[in-house]
Amino acid sequence: MLDAKIPAGPLETKWSKYKSTVKLVNPANKRKLEVIVIGTGLAGASAAAALAELGYKVKAFCFQDSARRAHSIAAQGGINAAKNYQNDGDSVFRLFYDTVKGGDYRAREGNVYRLAEVSAAIIDQCVAQGVPFAREYGGLLSNRSFGGTQVQRTFYAAGQTGQQLLLGAYSALQRQVSLGNVKMYNRHEMLEIVKVDGKARGIIARDLVSGKLERHFGHAVLICSGGYGNVFFLSTNAMGSNVTAAWKAHKQGAYFGNPCFTQIHPTCIPVSGDHQSKLTLMSESLRNDGRIWVPKKKDDNRKATDIPEEERDYYLERRYPAFGNLVPRDVASRAAKERCDAGYGVGASKMAVYLDYAEAIVRYGKIEASKKSLDHASEQEIIAMGKAVVAEKYGNLFDMYAKITGENPYETPMRIYPAVHYTMGGLWVDYDLMTTVPGLYALGEANFSDHGANRLGASALMQGLADGYFVIPYTIGNYLADEIHTKPIPLDHPAFVEAEKAVKGQLDTLMGIQGKHSVDHFHKALGKIMWDKCGMARNAKGLQEAITEIQALKEEFWKDVRIPGKQEEFNPELEKAGRVADFLELGELMCKDALQRNESCGGHFREESQTEDGEAKRNDDEFAFVAAWEYKGPSSSELHKEPLTFDIVHPSQRSYK
Amino acid sequence: MKLTLKVWRQQNSQDKGRFESYQVSDVSTDMSFLELFDVLNERLINEGKDPIAFDHDCREGICGACSMYINGRAHGPWHETTTCQLHMRAYNDGDTIVVEPWRAAAFPVIKDLAVDRSAFDRIIQAGGYISVNTGNAVDANAIPIDKVDADAAFAAAACIGCGACVAACKNSSAMLFTSAKISQLALLPQGRPEHKQRAEDMVAQMDKEGFGSCTNTGACEAECPKGISITNIARLNREFITAGFTSK
Repeated sequence: MLDAKIPAGPLETKWSKYKSTVKLVNPANKRKLEVIVIGTGLAGASAAAALAELGYKVKAFCFQDSARRAHSIAAQGGINAAKNYQNDGDSVFRLFYDTVKGGDYRAREGNVYRLAEVSAAIIDQCVAQGVPFAREYGGLLSNRSFGGTQVQRTFYAAGQTGQQLLLGAYSALQRQVSLGNVKMYNRHEMLEIVKVDGKARGIIARDLVSGKLERHFGHAVLICSGGYGNVFFLSTNAMGSNVTAAWKAHKQGAYFGNPCFTQIHPTCIPVSGDHQSKLTLMSESLRNDGRIWVPKKKDDNRKATDIPEEERDYYLERRYPAFGNLVPRDVASRAAKERCDAGYGVGASKMAVYLDYAEAIVRYGKIEASKKSLDHASEQEIIAMGKAVVAEKYGNLFDMYAKITGENPYETPMRIYPAVHYTMGGLWVDYDLMTTVPGLYALGEANFSDHGANRLGASALMQGLADGYFVIPYTIGNYLADEIHTKPIPLDHPAFVEAEKAVKGQLDTLMGIQGKHSVDHFHKALGKIMWDKCGMARNAKGLQEAITEIQALKEEFWKDVRIPGKQEEFNPELEKAGRVADFLELGELMCKDALQRNESCGGHFREESQTEDGEAKRNDDEFAFVAAWEYKGPSSSELHKEPLTFDIVHPSQRSYK
Repeated sequence: MKLTLKVWRQQNSQDKGRFESYQVSDVSTDMSFLELFDVLNERLINEGKDPIAFDHDCREGICGACSMYINGRAHGPWHETTTCQLHMRAYNDGDTIVVEPWRAAAFPVIKDLAVDRSAFDRIIQAGGYISVNTGNAVDANAIPIDKVDADAAFAAAACIGCGACVAACKNSSAMLFTSAKISQLALLPQGRPEHKQRAEDMVAQMDKEGFGSCTNTGACEAECPKGISITNIARLNREFITAGFTSK
């Protein structure tokens, strides 16, 4: 039976009581304990820095050429925190409530409350590190609103919040490197977990420059390797983002939680052709001021600016008057798909909707005119002033759009379409963030814990840093306190030898195939199956087909992939091959999970389960559980259920009307 | 479009390296520059040849991994644009494009267009941080910061650490990179307690890595994909000189 180990007692005191009673490790013993951290994004960098500050010996690994390039860097919009600086009624409880509701009642109350509770301290910590958040003229921090909430609790640094937060965590990490508390391994990829007597005791890593395998010991191993959106080939994730570390952990006994819960972000730049290698997100913050619409007429080929106001369908405002353009991501994405599928899409591909700033530009222009007492400002002057305001708020996003599409978004509405963005699923963890393998932890997007079936905007940064700065430093002591007598295990221990042999075996096999098709060929084929059959809308028939197709593709991959070059050299194709091999296995599990969950919730929309007006219909009687999958061998998994109970928030049909 | 690519090929750091030419046809104007390389690599793999190694990751201009020196310019012809954001509509049918790695003694080539930029990490390790442990922070709004200073700190902090400034500089100087971090932290009250030591240590590390001296010609600013201003270099100089006169 899966035990989440949520502390007893009232919701508000669970975490404080836990912290005051959890086992501690004294400073002299911390020096003897080694922790391996895989990944240096917000979760990994903050965890590595925080644990090193406490005195643990840390080894941190990233596949990029520098820890600063982890994909957290690309997060744009912001980070939530229950500071209530705007005096608009925010509180820890409201952030908790919004997150549980936004996640469509598929997250644990205890975890989410803790997340909301530590959120405020994250902002304090980042400001202390010198993170330059946006400020008002009075010198205090500025906030904006995001989807799924009715308060302004999002802190931001233009459209580069992830960059600034990551550079803060990166600098804290580099400080610990300079102090000798962290040993940093850039351009290294973890390829196996080493277990001794059932506990995680180290890893096998490949030095990506020399291609040589290395053994590393740790008293505990933290997987902070991010999400697996690249299983779809096209996603907003970085090209290197992968599931390999998490998947190896899964195959060594860590259960995988809710793998089918993926987030499709509503505002991305649409696909332009077959050469497309990735998709680019336009921050959700754009929905604060932009209005989303399609023509009221089918197959309307007029230019957007030629379509008069009364012939436009602002479908989000029409369907969801209370939240309008700020409905949560899953709702906005499905609504866009619905319009495009019905034939109202725009652009050459007809798979796009408009995100329009014309009204916001005029509105801001009028405010500026009134500030400057320009009662007789001309329309042109108003528009110019409005554009300047919009440029200050969203300038970098507008520039990015212009570079990619060659169109000017200040003059003509942007074309957007949903794209895979984030994965709520991940390694199953308990309240301590420990997986089902003792001593093996998962933090940030790599775990499944806090966002349920749908993550709210600006909550990923919050969770990554919460896990790394404020949760793991406490919870890891609960385990390591009992490990103070464990001496470092020599690297010639049979467990290390065996693990390295297995990794070497897989690399030899991959290099030896010398088939006809490149790795990308298989990755694209997998992505197409996943997007068509396990994407924004899913049904039993499609999922069953997808499982069969993926199994066949996997077989073909292992017979026919071609990897050039040698094993013991810098070989990006070999790196990709290993990752795609894992994506193929994961894709199958995602489809199985989507198939068993015969309900719609959050980002998971089963066509069989919808209300009369096409909204997602949950089935709490049968599916109020976390699906935790145990690896049982190739194409074989066993489902374990962790029941979800709601003592405080009562699940209801989410309504944003 | 049909294009000719002349690409620097170098097997490893010891290899001497050379240019190789490739003809690429059916180039769409909607492709990004790196997608052009994806297409070429796919072809090379199918022909049984070694694909071109290059660093890249986010492909949206923020991770700083991509690093191509294109027709004599870091990140190519577009202003304030990384290689991954450069799109093929910048070129015309029949163009020849020369692509090299960043060339600097402190950035040794790993393979082809991929170079080792770990020197930047070591410069940050020398002092590019505020020494505050987790959990020590006061309330975020307890330190009001002049918006002008906060905005200037943000503008400096926008550096993506790609190394274009070094590649563009005839002295391979890392002054723009180093000054961006020193400026960001010097402009904020949180960064003041350590500002002298920081300037001295980061500059010393920069020299130790083998980066050259500032030429004062501003090539770095002109080629920086994030528009980091050389005002930051002036601020670094002031910080460094003040530190020299006044540090204890």
